[in-house]
Amino acid sequence: MNKIKQLLTNLWEVLKKPTAKYSLGTLLVGGFVAGIIFWGGFNTAMEMTNSEEFCISCHEMRENVYEEYKDTVHYSNRTGVRATCPDCHVPKEWTYKVIRKIKATNELYHKALGTIDTPEKFEAKRLHLARNVWKEMKATDSRECRNCHDFESMDYTEQGRRGMNQHQKGLDSGMTCIDCHKGIAHSLPAMYEVDPSTAVGN
Amino acid sequence: MNKEKLIALIVMLSMALGTTHLFAEQVNSLRGHTPLDETVMTNTMKKVQNDREPIARDYIQQPPLIPHKTKGYKINKKFNKCLTCHSWANYKESGATKISQTHFSDRENNVLANIAPRRYFCTQCHVSQVDSKPLVENTFTPITTIQH
Repeated sequence: MNKIKQLLTNLWEVLKKPTAKYSLGTLLVGGFVAGIIFWGGFNTAMEMTNSEEFCISCHEMRENVYEEYKDTVHYSNRTGVRATCPDCHVPKEWTYKVIRKIKATNELYHKALGTIDTPEKFEAKRLHLARNVWKEMKATDSRECRNCHDFESMDYTEQGRRGMNQHQKGLDSGMTCIDCHKGIAHSLPAMYEVDPSTAVGN
Repeated sequence: MNKEKLIALIVMLSMALGTTHLFAEQVNSLRGHTPLDETVMTNTMKKVQNDREPIARDYIQQPPLIPHKTKGYKINKKFNKCLTCHSWANYKESGATKISQTHFSDRENNVLANIAPRRYFCTQCHVSQVDSKPLVENTFTPITTIQH
């Protein structure tokens, strides 16, 4: 313990000492360049974890939620515009993105524990996981949906009879996307625990 | 060659040609007349009509038709996408038609507390519609007493 303390004190002494060898300019420019490189490197590394490829490199995602998603309009549609995993599940804004990435360490922990490493385990956890996502989307007023689906640009007259009414009614009463659009990109959990009227049995 | 023989020959020839023509008509694969090395032109895909007023029934006991798209709607053991709007618990909020009371009875007419498993798979009876002409002509007319 004392050794470490000694080492840290020595390091601090070195850092505190003004340099006699390098000019202030060199230090400034060097520091500036190093800053750019480290900042860029950090963001690049973070963006690498922000791709569908990265998400489905884990079999838990690839074999369950990704397969379900491939059946939906966010994967396959008329114009071929896609929303990939991070488009919906990672905020675009930097601060929120970093917070989400820090929270994701919990996912790494459960990856190591193997909490959902079989389809059966995943299914058993599905309701819990879904509720986490629903809660978060509700809390952020479906921020990630609205990155593409902007209410301001939504032309109700172009919508179907039902959507036109529901959207106006819902949005006017302060509801958010996820209040209605649950299970649009992934299979819903066993609904007899959420709404027994939408599942068989009781 | 006299006149009769010539006529007979013409008649025979035309008959022979006629039969080959007839055979060609009869022997017809599902591909039609398109040679094997060519691509058969297919009919264009019919599009499901989206979002319209409820469609009137044409006969008593007809399962009502679905007046909207149902692509991607899943019905399985865990949940039924249709019921998220059409169940008794949800129809008011969604403005959808609620499922019939008859769907709560099993085949012994026992009334159950939830939709009967035999009536759970909506699309076995209820179907969306495409805008297409009838494949065969028919003289069917809907009964007037249930039309509105």
